[in-house]
Amino acid sequence: MHFSWQRLIAIIKKEFIQLKRDRGTLGMIIMLPIIQLLLFGYAINTDPKDLPTAVISENNTFLTRSIITGLQNSEYFKITHHISSDKQGDELLRQGQVFFVVSIPDNFTQNVIRGEKPEILLQADATDPTAISSAVSSLNGIINKVIQENMKGNIAYLKNKPSSFSIIVHKLYNPEGFTRYNIIPGLIGLVLILTGVMMTALAITRERERGTMENLLSMPVKPLEIMIGKIMPFVFIGLFQVGIVLLMAYFLFSIPILGNIVLLFLCSLVFIVCNLAIGFLISTIAKNQTQALQMSVFVILPSIVMTGFMFPFQGMPIWAQTIAKCIPLTYFLRIARGIILKGAEFIDIFPNLWPLGVIVVFLTIITMKAYKNTLD
Amino acid sequence: MTEIAIDVKHLTKKFGTRTVVNNIDIQVPKGKIYGFLGPNGSGKTTTIRMLCGLLTPTSGEGKCLGLDIMKDALLIRQKVGYMTQKFSFWDDLTVRENLEFTAQIYEMDNAAELVDETLIKLGLKKRENQLVGTLSGGWKQRLALSACILHKPEILLLDEPTAGVDPKARREFWDELGRLSDEGMTILVSTHYMDEAERCHELVYIAYGNLMVKGSVNEVINQTHLKTLEVSGLSLPLLQKQLEQDPEIAAMSLFGGMLRICGNDEQKLVDKLQNVKKQYSLTWRKSNTYLEDAFIYYLKKAQEN
Ligand SMILES: Nc1ncnc2c1ncn2[C@@H]1O[C@H](COP(=O)(O)OP(=O)(O)OP(=O)(O)O)[C@@H](O)[C@H]1O
Ligand SMILES: [Mg+2]
Repeated sequence: MHFSWQRLIAIIKKEFIQLKRDRGTLGMIIMLPIIQLLLFGYAINTDPKDLPTAVISENNTFLTRSIITGLQNSEYFKITHHISSDKQGDELLRQGQVFFVVSIPDNFTQNVIRGEKPEILLQADATDPTAISSAVSSLNGIINKVIQENMKGNIAYLKNKPSSFSIIVHKLYNPEGFTRYNIIPGLIGLVLILTGVMMTALAITRERERGTMENLLSMPVKPLEIMIGKIMPFVFIGLFQVGIVLLMAYFLFSIPILGNIVLLFLCSLVFIVCNLAIGFLISTIAKNQTQALQMSVFVILPSIVMTGFMFPFQGMPIWAQTIAKCIPLTYFLRIARGIILKGAEFIDIFPNLWPLGVIVVFLTIITMKAYKNTLD
Repeated sequence: MTEIAIDVKHLTKKFGTRTVVNNIDIQVPKGKIYGFLGPNGSGKTTTIRMLCGLLTPTSGEGKCLGLDIMKDALLIRQKVGYMTQKFSFWDDLTVRENLEFTAQIYEMDNAAELVDETLIKLGLKKRENQLVGTLSGGWKQRLALSACILHKPEILLLDEPTAGVDPKARREFWDELGRLSDEGMTILVSTHYMDEAERCHELVYIAYGNLMVKGSVNEVINQTHLKTLEVSGLSLPLLQKQLEQDPEIAAMSLFGGMLRICGNDEQKLVDKLQNVKKQYSLTWRKSNTYLEDAFIYYLKKAQEN
C-alpha cells in the first residue's frame, strides 16, 4: 500500500477539527505562553529597593562615611549589618541575609589621597540577577556623587582625575548574570516543551483510551500517515506559540530580536519536531492519559532544571552537565539566546544545531520502531 | 464449490501466559452470514481483531480474501469493514465529518456524493451537523454500520453490532445484512441473541478460547444428540438445584415457567423425573432441542475440560 496524501490530509483535518472543539486544550495553547511570559516577565521586571547590605569598613573617615551614606541614599541599598571580617560577610551572603557585602579596604582614604586608586569590593548575590541589577548599575552614579561632594579643599585636584577609586563587583552564584533577557528565549523553549510533549502524548493516548484508535487502525492507514497526521497540527501550534512569545517580548518588554527571525523559526521547528517525537514516543508506551501525563512531567522537569533555563549551565556539576547534553532544550536554549540576544548567525549556532538534529533523527527512529500499527 | 472468504487455521492468541484464543480453525464461505457465538470473555473480539490485522496472532496462519493475515494486514483492511463492539467513531466530530473522514481514509473517489447518499439512506441528513457523541445508542449503531460499508468492503466483521438495540431496529438491521449478503458480501457477526444466531447461514461456537462446534443451526443442534423434555410443576428452581450435579443431565434451563432438561438418554431423564414426580407435582412432554440448549450443553462441556 502506497503513502497517501489524501489520507494524511484527512487525518490532519480531523485533528484540527477536534482541537477546535476542545476548548480546554485550545485555551492552554494560547494562554500558556501568555501567562508564562507575564508571570516571568513582570515578576522579574520589578525594581526592588532597600536590599539588605553588610558593610566591612575598618577605615572610618569622612570619605568612607560619605560612600556608605551615598549607598544608603540611593534607596537601593539598606545597610543592615556592620561587620568586621570577610568570613562573616560570606556567611551572611550564603544564608541570604544580605544581598550585598561592601568591603572597604584598610587605609582606603589615605590611599585615595596618595592617588593609589584603591578598590572597593562589592559582592553581590546574583541568584536573582534582576533583583540586584538596578542596584549594581546605580553604583557609578553614587561614586561620582561622592567624589563631587567630598573632594574639596586641598584634595580638590582628585576630582578631576578619572577615578580616584573604583568599585569592583563580584557576582556570586550566578556568574553568567542571568537577566530577564535571558529568560525570554528560555520561555520559548519551555512553552514549546510543555505543549509539544504533553499534548502529543495526550492526543494519542486519548484516542486509545476512548477506543477510537481501534477504529482508526481497522482502516488502511500507514504508520507514517498516522504519525505525521497526528503531529502536524502541533507543529503549527508550536510555531504560533513562538510567535506569541516573540511579539509579547517585543511589545511588552521591549526585548529586541537581534538575529535573523527566520533562522529562529527554523531552529524552533527542529526543536518542536523533537518535542513531538518525545510526546509520540511516550504515547506508544503509556497505557492511559494519566500515565502519559506522568511521563511527560518526567521529561519536562529535567529540561527545566538541568538545561540552563533556571540555573546557569556552568554552575552544574559535571555529571549533571553530561546528562544535560542529552536534553534537547540545552541546545535550543543556546540557539535561541544566541539569535535573540546576541544576533548569532547560522555559523554561530551550528555547533548547537547539529546535536539537536542528531537527537531528532535518533528519536524519530526509536519512535518509528516503538510504534505499532496494531492494538497489541 | 463455494469460495472461502476467510480461512484461518490453528489461530492462537496469548496475552502474557494466558491463552485467550486456542487453536481455532474457521472457514467462512463467500457471501454467507456467519455467526460467531460464545459466552463473555470467550475470545470473540480477540479473534475478530486478528482477522483484520488489529492483533498479531501468537501462532497460526490464515487468509482473508487470499491475503495473509500476518503479512498483508493493510491490504486486508482496505477490503474489510470492521464494526467494533464498543462504538468507536469520534464523538467530537459531526455525523458528516465522521463519514467524510472514513471516505477519505479509504480514498473513495466520489467521497462527497457517497457521504450524501449514506446520510439520506440513514435518515440522518437533517442531523448531519450534530455531534456524534450526542446521538442515541441506536443511531450510533446505524451510523457505525453505514460507515463501515461506505467503502464497499468484500467482508464485514461485526462485533455484537446489535447489543442494546431495540427489537424493531434489530430486525431492520438484520434485513439489511440479508440484503448485503445477497449482493455477495461475506459477513461474520458475533452475537449473544439466539434469534440472530438462527438467521445465520452458519455458526461457530467458542468457549474459553476453544472452538466447540461449527455448522448450520441444525447441524449444531443435531451434533449434540440431545433429547429435551419440557417439565412443568411446583418449585422448579428447587428441582433445578437438586438435579444440577446430575451427570446424566447435559443442560438445563428455566424457560417461561418450565424447566427444560436435556440429556443424551431420554429414558434416563424420564426415570429421574419419575422419582420426584410426586414431590414437585411434575408433568412433562417432549420438546425439540433449541439452539440455546445446545449452547448451554457446549458451555458445560467446555467448563468440564
Ligand atoms: N489486550 C488484552 N490484554 C490482556 N487480556 C485481554 C486483552 N484483550 C482481551 N483480553 C482477555 O481475553 C479474553 C477474551 O476477550 P474477548 O474480548 O475476546 O472476549 P469476547 O468473547 O469478545 O467477550 P464479550 O462477549 O464479553 O465481548 C478476556 O478474558 C479478556 O479479559
Ligand atoms: Mg467481545
